[in-house]
Amino acid sequence: MAEILVLVDHVDGAVKKVTLEVLTLARSLGEPSAVFVGAGADAAAATLTEYGAANIYVADADDLGKHPVAPKAEVLAQLVGEKSPAAVLIPSTAEGKEVAGRLAVKLNSGVITDAVGLTADLTATQSIFGGAVIVQAKVGAGTPIITVRPNSSPAEAGPAAGTRVEVTVALSDSATKATTTNKVEETKGARPELAEAAVVVSGGRGVGGAEGFGIIEALADSLDGAVGASRAATDAGWYPHQYQVGQTGKTVSPQLYIANGISGAIQHRAGMQTSKTIVVVNKDPEAPIFELADYGVVGDLFTVVPQLTEEIGKRKG
Amino acid sequence: MKIAVCVKQVPDTWAEKKLDAGDKTLDRESVDGVMNELDEYAVEEALQIAEANSGEVVVVSVGPDKATDTVRKALSMGADSAIHVLDDGLHGSDALGTSLALAKVIEGRDFDLVVFGSESTDARMSVVPAMVAERLGVAQLTFANNVEVAGSDVTIKRQTEYGYDEVTGATPAVVSVVEKINEPRYPSFKGIMAAKKKPVETLGLADLGIDAAAVGLAGAATEVVEFADAPPRAAGTVVTDEGNGGAQIADYLSAQKFI
Repeated sequence: MAEILVLVDHVDGAVKKVTLEVLTLARSLGEPSAVFVGAGADAAAATLTEYGAANIYVADADDLGKHPVAPKAEVLAQLVGEKSPAAVLIPSTAEGKEVAGRLAVKLNSGVITDAVGLTADLTATQSIFGGAVIVQAKVGAGTPIITVRPNSSPAEAGPAAGTRVEVTVALSDSATKATTTNKVEETKGARPELAEAAVVVSGGRGVGGAEGFGIIEALADSLDGAVGASRAATDAGWYPHQYQVGQTGKTVSPQLYIANGISGAIQHRAGMQTSKTIVVVNKDPEAPIFELADYGVVGDLFTVVPQLTEEIGKRKG
Repeated sequence: MKIAVCVKQVPDTWAEKKLDAGDKTLDRESVDGVMNELDEYAVEEALQIAEANSGEVVVVSVGPDKATDTVRKALSMGADSAIHVLDDGLHGSDALGTSLALAKVIEGRDFDLVVFGSESTDARMSVVPAMVAERLGVAQLTFANNVEVAGSDVTIKRQTEYGYDEVTGATPAVVSVVEKINEPRYPSFKGIMAAKKKPVETLGLADLGIDAAAVGLAGAATEVVEFADAPPRAAGTVVTDEGNGGAQIADYLSAQKFI
C-alpha cells in the first residue's frame, strides 16, 4: 500500500487528538507513517502505534526544536525525497499550515489547507466562505500536501507495527534564521484547545463584561469544553483575543457549539457554522444566530446558562 | 530601514462570496473589494516601525485592476510608494503562484522587513507569508501580536493557543501580524490627497521574469474539481425561556448524548 506521511502535532510527546484523527483518515488512503519532530518520541510511540503508524520517523536532534516551522518542513522534504509517499497529511493548525506552505515551495507541490474530508483518490473536501460553499479540490502537481481540519473525522484505534526509524536532518541556514527563545503560557488551564475541542462554549456582547465570562467558563468546564468569544467580546477586552471565533479569528468545527449572547454576524458565523450541533441562548428572538440553531432558547443567559451548568452537574452525578 | 507591506484586496466581509461557474475561481468582479482586514494591521505596524526607525514603507500588492483602490488606501494611511503586480496571467493563481510573484518583487529590492497580515479573509490559508520566507531564505517571524525592532534584531511574540512564543531573528525578515496588534489609523483627508501624488509602479510577469506557465490558473498546482452550495442546516427547535430554559437545553443535550 502507498505510504502516507502524517506530521505529528504534539507538545513534548503528548500527542494532540487531531494527529490521531489524521492517522485514522490516512489508513483509508494507504499505509500511514508518523513523522515526529522534536523531543518526546518515546512518550508518543505507543499512541502513534495504536492509531496505525506503520513507521514512526523520529527527528529529535536538539536544534530542531529551537526554530519554529522551517525545521519540520525540512524533515518532511527529506522524507518525501527518500520515501516517495503518495501524500503528506498535516494537522491544520496555524503552524501546521505554515509547515505545509514551506514544504509546498520546497517540493513545488500543490497544497490544500483545511480539508474536512479526503477520498481514496486524494480529492479533498473543503468548506469555504464560512461554510457556505463545499468544494472538491485536488493537487495536480507534485506530492499532494493536505492539511486536515481538527474534528473533521473520528479518531479510531487500528494498531500497526510502529517501527521506529531515526531520521537525521542537516538543517539549512535559512531554517535556523528564526529562533524561539521563550515560551510563555498566559492562560493554560485544564481546558482543551479551542481548535480541536469537541465542545466549545462561546460568549458575545450579551455577556456584558469580563466578569460575565465566569458563567461561560463554568458551562464549558461542565462539558470539558473550550471557551470561545465573539469579536464584540474580544474587541471590548472582555476575553483574550486568541479565543476569538470568527472570520478574523479561529475557525472551529466541534461536535457541540453553544453560543451565548452572540447575535450571529457573518464575521462570527464564518468561524463556527460547520459545527455539528449548535445550541443558542440569546434574549433577542430575531438574532440571526437562531437560523443556525439545532436547539435555541430565547432568554436571559444569566439565568439560562447557570441553570444549564447545574443540570449538567446533576445529570453527570 | 526599508519595509515592504503586502496587501490583498478581498471581497467585503458582508458580500456574498461566489465561485465563478466557469473557471471555479473567486468571482472578484461582482463584489465590492476592500483591503483585507488583517492587512490594515500590517500597514499600521509597518508605518509604526518606519516612524521609529526613520524608514520607508513600500506597498506591494498582487491583484486585478480594481485592487488599485486597496493600494491607494495603504498609501493614504501613510505608505511612501507602491508596487502593483498587475497581469491577466496571474488570474487564478494558487498560493504557490502568488508567493512566487511576491518573492520576485521583493528580492533584489533590499527590503529589511516584509510585513503581512496573517491571513486573508477570502482564501484563509495563512500560508503565503511562510512561503515567501521560504522562497527568500530569510527569517520567518509570523503570527506576531507584538514586534520589537532593535537595529537588525527583530523579536516578535508569536501567538499560540495558550499564550505566545518569543521568536527572534535578524533582518531581512518576513513578519506576519495578527488582529489587535495595534489600532490601524484611518486615512486623513491630507493623507488621501497626498496618496494621489505618490508613485505606484505597475509590474507584469515579464517585468518580474516570471514564466507565465508557473502562475495563473494554468500554472496552479491545485485544482477545484467541483463545488456546490452547502446544504442548508435543518431548522432547529427554538423555545422561549419560562424559567426552565437551562433544564430544557440539558434535556436536549442528554437526548443527543452530550451528557
